Amino acid sequence: MAAVDNSIEVQGLVREFKDVVAVAGIDLRVDAGEIYGFLGPNGAGKSTTVLMLTTLLPPTRGVARVGGYDVATQGPQVRASIGAALQEAALDPLLTGREHLELQATLQGISRTERRARSNELLERVGLADAADRRVGGYSGGMKRRLDLGLALVHRPRILFLDEPTTGLDVQSRTALWDEVARLAHDEGMTLFLTTQYLEEADALADRVGIIDRGRIVAEGTTAELKARIGRPSVEIVAADPAATDALAAALATFGEPTRDGRGRVGVQLPGGEGQLADVVRALDDAGVAVAQLQLHAPSLDDVFLAETGRKLEGADGDEDADGG
Amino acid sequence: MAAEAALAGAALPEQVAALGRRSVLRIARRPGQFVFPLIFPLLLFAVNASGLGAAAKLPGFPAASYEDFAIAVPFMQGALFVAITAGTDLAADIETGFLNRLALTPLKGRALIGGQLGGALVSGFMQSVVYLLVGLIVGVELKSGPAGALVLLALSTLIAFAFATLGALIALRFGTGEAVQGFFPLLFVALFLSSAFLPRNLIQEDWFRAIATWNPVSYMVEAIRSLFVVGWDGEALALGFGCAGAVLVIGLAASAASLRTRLTRT
Repeated sequence: MAAVDNSIEVQGLVREFKDVVAVAGIDLRVDAGEIYGFLGPNGAGKSTTVLMLTTLLPPTRGVARVGGYDVATQGPQVRASIGAALQEAALDPLLTGREHLELQATLQGISRTERRARSNELLERVGLADAADRRVGGYSGGMKRRLDLGLALVHRPRILFLDEPTTGLDVQSRTALWDEVARLAHDEGMTLFLTTQYLEEADALADRVGIIDRGRIVAEGTTAELKARIGRPSVEIVAADPAATDALAAALATFGEPTRDGRGRVGVQLPGGEGQLADVVRALDDAGVAVAQLQLHAPSLDDVFLAETGRKLEGADGDEDADGG
Repeated sequence: MAAEAALAGAALPEQVAALGRRSVLRIARRPGQFVFPLIFPLLLFAVNASGLGAAAKLPGFPAASYEDFAIAVPFMQGALFVAITAGTDLAADIETGFLNRLALTPLKGRALIGGQLGGALVSGFMQSVVYLLVGLIVGVELKSGPAGALVLLALSTLIAFAFATLGALIALRFGTGEAVQGFFPLLFVALFLSSAFLPRNLIQEDWFRAIATWNPVSYMVEAIRSLFVVGWDGEALALGFGCAGAVLVIGLAASAASLRTRLTRT
């Protein structure tokens, strides 16, 4: 019996829509059992890539093999190997959670005797056993996402695609979903391809991260490798007296180009690493600037994105501190 | 392995049944979507019967009363509403991404169309039963008798199903509920430009009579009407079933082609 291939392999994948190039030739490889975080801002090409890898959209050019099958010519085999929870949890508000799972199980060819048991098992697993017979229209966003995940697992796929699975979820729901995703990869050996625009999510979950911008992968590696590539921590300081902000910025300019956030916070990257923090404090002392707050940040994925694209990752400002903390 | 076992998926009848069950559940859980389209044709029937009753006295009018003549219209209007509901439901599945969810399973295209229209079949049948009962209660005579009632239900359900394929076609072609709603007036124009409200032999305007003669809706209405006012009219029934069957075949073929375009899965 041939060895089961749970990898994803992509070479020169392109998708064009008339004059728009949504995916402009990407190469990537995801090994079996790995969680691959596909990170990028809105419109970067993440979802288009997922649609191609899940066979829902034919590539314009390039080759992609998922689970050992070619997405362009072996669609049915690819679909049998994968589960997918696409960007919007596409559920029928008039059906119950259990009805969704049983419909999915029927269409996937699971025998009548197994359907009920498999549905119960998945409802338990995604924490919806108590809400199983309620209509989905009354579910919260987190419950819908969990049901979506359960639906993707009905036929026991080997590879799972999750397209922005936690967008719009509260912290508690997000954390619960992360735990389940990590369990799927680490306990069941499932390969996971996860798109996200949250730096924190990629950092917390992904074994390796590919950063996509404008249809191209601009950086790829483990989060540690990517951050090490930046190599420089940054410091953010707020002066005790707001009137001293200019003096603060002038003092920090000796280390690099200072950035301001408009709320009195001035930041600068430290080319010499954390060891330069003492120099910063001395420079502020020499300039007579009293400090209200001082935070040292390790390099973040946002710094990687900034370094590779010259822009900050959209909508990721709130994640920056957590990432670098 | 379970995943590879899913390659073939369920058999076609099982897929159709699963999606048909969902379609019927959706109707059962939105009674408003069934009841209001059911009542509106009855209201129009009541208004027409009370306002146009004198038409039955015209020489050459084919029925003893206008009620006997006009009872065919609710069956047709109900069928048009079924088409709109079927189309908007399918369009909603496209807009919400539910169709993509289905496309990720080994679902066969024929099963998708057949199953999605399962609700149309059920609601078409149920409303036909209601219209027949209301007609009999208000004194309409069904000259073809009990056997004619069965043929009537079969024909009106077939017509509703055939129109539903047109609703599905618009949904698959354009992908939005707005497009399906925009299609709604066209269907009603087709009904008004038929022999639904006046027999063709009494239509005075040549252009109107010519359109009504070419309009397949006329033959569907006349087939239903014949069961009430004539009894067994083989030619009318053949034309009615033939036109409904032709719309069904064309609607299914065009919907299947549009589904192939809509479902870009490899």
